[in-house]
Amino acid sequence: MNDPKPGKPHAISRRSFIKGAGAVAAAAGLVRVGTASADEKTLPPGVVEKLGPEATAIELNINGQPATLEIEPRVTLLRALREHLGLTGTKLVCDRGACGACTVHLDGKPVTSCMVLAIDARGHQVTTIEGLGTPSNMHPVQAAFVETDAQQCGFCTPGMVMSVAAALEKNPSATTDEIKHATAGNTCRCGTYPHVFAAALKAAQPGRATNATKDV
Amino acid sequence: MSRRVTLNLGFQGNTQDVMVVIPDDEPTPWQWGDRLSVVGKPTPRIDGPLKATGAAHYTYDIELPGMLYGAILRSPWPHARIRDIDLSAAKNLAGVRAALALDDREIRFAGQEVAAVAAISSDIAADALKLIKVDYETLPFVVDMDAAAKDSAPSVFGSRSNIGRTKNSSVGDVPKGLEIAASTIEATYTTPVQTHVCLETHGAVASFSPAGDQLTVWCSTQGIFSVRDDLAVYFSLPPDSVRVVCEYLGGGFGSKFGASPEMVVASRLAKATGVPVKVMLPRADEHRSTGNRPNSEQKVKMGVDRDGKLTAIDLVTRGSGGIGGGAGSAGPFGSVYRCANIRVQETGIYTNAGPSSPMRAPGWPQGCFALELAMDEMARKAGIDRLEFRRRNSDNPVRAAEYEIGARAFGWSEKNEAAKSSGPIKRGVGVASAEWHAVGVSGPEAQVIAHRDGSVEVRVGTQDIGTGTRTVLAIVAAEELGLPVDRVKSEIGDTRFLFSVPSGGSLSAPSNSPAVRQAAAHLKDKLFRIAAPILGADPRDLEAADQMIRVRASTSRAISFTDVCKRIPGDSLSAQGERVPNYGGFRSDQAGCQFAEVEVDTETGIVRVKHVVAVHDAGRIVDPMTARSQVNGGILMGIGFALFEDRRMDPQLGIMVNPTMDDYKLLGALDVPQIDVTFFEVANGVTNTGVMGLGEVSHVASTAAIACAVYDAIGVPVRSLPMTPDRVLAALGHA
Repeated sequence: MNDPKPGKPHAISRRSFIKGAGAVAAAAGLVRVGTASADEKTLPPGVVEKLGPEATAIELNINGQPATLEIEPRVTLLRALREHLGLTGTKLVCDRGACGACTVHLDGKPVTSCMVLAIDARGHQVTTIEGLGTPSNMHPVQAAFVETDAQQCGFCTPGMVMSVAAALEKNPSATTDEIKHATAGNTCRCGTYPHVFAAALKAAQPGRATNATKDV
Repeated sequence: MSRRVTLNLGFQGNTQDVMVVIPDDEPTPWQWGDRLSVVGKPTPRIDGPLKATGAAHYTYDIELPGMLYGAILRSPWPHARIRDIDLSAAKNLAGVRAALALDDREIRFAGQEVAAVAAISSDIAADALKLIKVDYETLPFVVDMDAAAKDSAPSVFGSRSNIGRTKNSSVGDVPKGLEIAASTIEATYTTPVQTHVCLETHGAVASFSPAGDQLTVWCSTQGIFSVRDDLAVYFSLPPDSVRVVCEYLGGGFGSKFGASPEMVVASRLAKATGVPVKVMLPRADEHRSTGNRPNSEQKVKMGVDRDGKLTAIDLVTRGSGGIGGGAGSAGPFGSVYRCANIRVQETGIYTNAGPSSPMRAPGWPQGCFALELAMDEMARKAGIDRLEFRRRNSDNPVRAAEYEIGARAFGWSEKNEAAKSSGPIKRGVGVASAEWHAVGVSGPEAQVIAHRDGSVEVRVGTQDIGTGTRTVLAIVAAEELGLPVDRVKSEIGDTRFLFSVPSGGSLSAPSNSPAVRQAAAHLKDKLFRIAAPILGADPRDLEAADQMIRVRASTSRAISFTDVCKRIPGDSLSAQGERVPNYGGFRSDQAGCQFAEVEVDTETGIVRVKHVVAVHDAGRIVDPMTARSQVNGGILMGIGFALFEDRRMDPQLGIMVNPTMDDYKLLGALDVPQIDVTFFEVANGVTNTGVMGLGEVSHVASTAAIACAVYDAIGVPVRSLPMTPDRVLAALGHA
């Protein structure tokens, strides 16, 4: 069997195969092939980018660091993070944007990374749960999740944290109702929601006692 | 050697001295009024920072060098015989390392495992499944329970009837009880099949040693030792040649006991390829194939006399766990309320659908729903207050006290008597009783280790399904050793540690905590022997408190715990503890009750739960913080069962039509009501900690309380779950 190499992170460099991309695009007229350039805005009007189906080198910006990886264009951002970059904090649960477990920030906005192709994340700032904080240096939202026990099995927790962090970034004094809407796309089968709301309120305004924190 | 001790047991305002016989080396059980310094204080879970930052490694996160990704091909047919499987095209796909046909040639449900592949990426593995050619001889099938119970139905298991053996149990004389009743009711209640929807799907990473004689499996399981034993049998290995590891587990709810097909598949593929193989199930497979709560159709008759005392309870229930069993719901009928004449009859019907597996208080949420709604229908017909009706028919003093606490916290009297709005939105309230028996079992052993730096480590071969097991065990060890919790680390989830029981049946805290306490007590004795000569005292006169080891009668004669540890001759000092059998004590059942308030929109049929008050006895609460999380979860899963969840099968195609997390409806953040939880402390003296599990008792009554509240709101019972808008409107006669 002749194996294609599964994509793995590379040192930061442009791959040589893109060198002829411009010429191919010119020959094809309207199709630009195999580019690692992230910025679709630079494409001339009417030109469609064609990548793959074979593994293609792309450059992403993950947690403030550039990363080059070689992946098939069908690979989602979620799988790229988990299987190619070793960032396993982001979870795959429903694989269709229904549960929010794979939530990451794309330019600060929460997105379900199972519904984003990795190639479409080029040119955007991707922040994952690992980029938010670490066990010894937690983001205030992560710390609030721990202090209010806003987690049980913990599998929804990274996505839940990312949704709450994005909501508080947008509105630092979010109400319980606003937090409910911000986490409406995050499923927790253990039923930890009341403590998630408490955590969000705690992170929003430390020390504020509310109805939702009453039972913590 | 054993000794007798007299313990003061019971609850506030109702304590008594009870004599129990315990082993000599067993620490004296905690009793009523014992003031503990760490146990009972809210403690954030000790592995919280790892979970909140994505650093906790679940099975799904394990990546080993050279690891392959496995995938399983499943039958699209609900009933078929496999004539042939052609793996050649799959094997020839670039990147595929192994393909194998699985043993079973008889297919009995759509989703049953047929073949498997291992490839260098999960995408290639998925591509390879599409290249496997299976020649199926399709057979007649049946997925509907009523259809399956007919004589003419296709047989799920060949010549065997689809109707399983009926389980009967009775006390007294039910026909007579109904005859003497002043008032009777008769109604049929139905509940749907519910799936577990563990967020981490079932799966495993398996790795064989080069010689093929040692198997290591990382898997998402509620029972590492049961997986070990099953795999040892399957691969003809001694159990100690199989190591099973589960550090973190993304939900189980009863569906993850023993070696499941994907663990066997991962192990077989690892054996075939000589490298580690990971198999994690896709979401649809999780819904279809890994277990479910059977449906139920419960025919209930009930009678009551003029004093509001039950004279008869009769239950005839059927349910289908697909090709599995376990479709009963009688538990609460024979147990929660007192009645001289009770008969229950349970029958399981086989259908061509995925096998059932235990799910959070198996049989009880569905049974409690039928029993409690029947209680309300009975109370209404007999003209008795619903709470008073329950009081009169319960003889459990714990529950009686809980009714009072709950009713007060909920504002039952005012809400129950409030006039109904004349508008389309109707408010209603309901109450339901919970019961469980989570005192745990003997079997687990624990090791507690003191290191020279003064840190302490607890090791038990248990696993944490999200209940906070690590934290609970650390708290118990810290209490016994007079330390703060942050001095104690818990290591669990590895069959290299001492044996423990599966985390199910609310067993973990009550089964493991006494073993840890005994181990910590034994370790303390060893540390006392080091400290005694320094303090010039007899080891028996020492105590451990406030991070010191000191003379009990003269607490200023003390040495710090850390200084004692510095004198450990080796690197560490360890002791073991054993979970001894339950002693007896005060009582080994646990009562609870839940009150619910709902709003029903009589124009749209939409039900919203506004408020739930839960009062639960869990013996001694070790950590109120994680305990509350569990109770919140039990209630919310109950709301999902009441209003949303429903596995739907297509009777024409025999497949599950909603195996996703959007089509299978789950509760979300916007459906969460205000929840108030009160723990009712009971010193039960059943073990040295008196701890009881909470996972199941907190879920038993939730659905029922909501159904009763809906009945109160609209004046007609909705006897089928989930109480979807169409069912509510139909009950109102608006359909």
